Amino acid sequence: MEREIQIKRKKRLTKDQWTAIAFLIPSFILILIFVYGFIGWTGYVSLSNWNTLVPDLSFAGLKNYIYLFHDFRFQADLRNTLFFTVLFIALVIVLGMGIAILIDQKLKGESIFRNIFLFPMALSFIVTGVVWQWLLNPSTGFNHFLNMVGIEPKWYTDTNVLAGFQWGSIEFGLPVAIIAVVIAAVWQMTGFSLAMYLAGLRGISDELREAARIDGASEFQVYRKVVLPMLMPITVSVIIIMAHISLKIFDLIYAMTGSGANFVTDVPGVYMFETTFRGNYYANGAAIAIIMLLLVAIFIVPYLWNSRKGDQ
Amino acid sequence: MPIYVIIVTSLKPLDEVSLEQMWALPTTIDFSSYAQAFTNLAPNFWNSVYLVIPATLLSALLGAMNGYVLSKWKFKGSNTIFTIILFGMFIPYQSILIPLIQFLRSIDLYNTISGLVLVHVVYGLPITTLMFRNFYASIPDTMIEAAKIDGASFLGIFRHIMIPLSITGFVVVAIWQFTNIWNEFLFAVTITTSDKQPIMVALQNLSGSQIVQWNVQMAGALLAALPTLLVYIFLGKYFVRGLLAGSVKG
Repeated sequence: MEREIQIKRKKRLTKDQWTAIAFLIPSFILILIFVYGFIGWTGYVSLSNWNTLVPDLSFAGLKNYIYLFHDFRFQADLRNTLFFTVLFIALVIVLGMGIAILIDQKLKGESIFRNIFLFPMALSFIVTGVVWQWLLNPSTGFNHFLNMVGIEPKWYTDTNVLAGFQWGSIEFGLPVAIIAVVIAAVWQMTGFSLAMYLAGLRGISDELREAARIDGASEFQVYRKVVLPMLMPITVSVIIIMAHISLKIFDLIYAMTGSGANFVTDVPGVYMFETTFRGNYYANGAAIAIIMLLLVAIFIVPYLWNSRKGDQ
Repeated sequence: MPIYVIIVTSLKPLDEVSLEQMWALPTTIDFSSYAQAFTNLAPNFWNSVYLVIPATLLSALLGAMNGYVLSKWKFKGSNTIFTIILFGMFIPYQSILIPLIQFLRSIDLYNTISGLVLVHVVYGLPITTLMFRNFYASIPDTMIEAAKIDGASFLGIFRHIMIPLSITGFVVVAIWQFTNIWNEFLFAVTITTSDKQPIMVALQNLSGSQIVQWNVQMAGALLAALPTLLVYIFLGKYFVRGLLAGSVKG
């Protein structure tokens, strides 16, 4: 009987159902072409000889990729991306969660604090870059204070790479100048993780915490044993979102430091832009772009896969 | 704190803008840096306005329709289609840039504001679809069922039920898109040149010039940030909701 009704219902809805699908088709086709088709085309270009102004799509095999992995600049890019990503994500999480917990203590003027921290989110990376370039200009701003206590920071003009090990032709260690860019990026993005954590903390019922307190847990233990585990899904989301921002970062670094001397602040996004649109090495640029895509996909595909399964 | 420095610096005459006096208040308030930044940036400011308004409206409208279909008219495979669309949100745009520019050249939209509008509408689809889908998921299915029984069609339900109920959704999505498109740089810098450039590219060029006039630059930064700041100040609540909605909750 129930089945019959369902079948009947389906029949009656067919026309509307088709209209619904028809509405989706244009967007779907646009995405298929502009995202997947174009990625395929970029992949094709990355395997070609197109390294001049004139398109030359003759097949070059993996030549461009092999070139990149032997390229000093690209090796530096990968190193910088790694350090940038790790520092950036760690700070955004620690600061975001820390401030969220502080604000959650029923602090006075909560909304004011929240608004102040979220405010940089409304700005563009270009504005942030331009402003922090001035703030961290050697011997100014913050450095003025540091100078007074006898430290002489060079921030983004520093060319030192903190000792690590030799990797190919590059020193594999933390480039000091990256720290300056990380500071600017963290300033911009902490508000985002703060908002996420605040929303998460709101979702944890007071009774739960109260119960833990009654069981004799100290305030610290309540956070460590009850609140932190419950915030895990948010931390995962923050990591995914920040990782994909950080792996593709371009405008902030382009506006603030550029590649830096010896490429200490160069990243694949900047290299791709310069090599493709300033140097006309289209095939090399396409290869960089494909490597960036793969890096992002490592994070995103499992995540999308999981949330899709959760949907059904 | 950085905001303080921007404002203070932008109000100073050039000879007071020195490294040692960064934190000091200006001795005289001087708006000339604003005048200069304004002359330099005004055309680009208008480019951004002409870009952001149609792009925001179009992408919100398309996102609403997609979100409506994907939340209330699910069919076999609709979740897969959604995931396929959603992936477009995360790709580094570098990976589609070369074909995109070739394509825009071939249809004569390269170096035009309309070209940029098209690009922002297409690449805005994943996020606006996601946001509307989540928003519409909160509207009870029973309401749709009731309307269907009353004989309302696909479009009728959309026009008479979904749109009136989703005014907040539209505001949130519009603010999100407005902010993102206004602040976007990579497409802007690669698809347009000189007189067609949006404001962020012009601001970046301002700082790339030989003599760095920090006061003019800070005034320029403030000018470029002004629209999104105003949105943030007056519509902060929706802005925050957009942030959270944009964060792909599984």
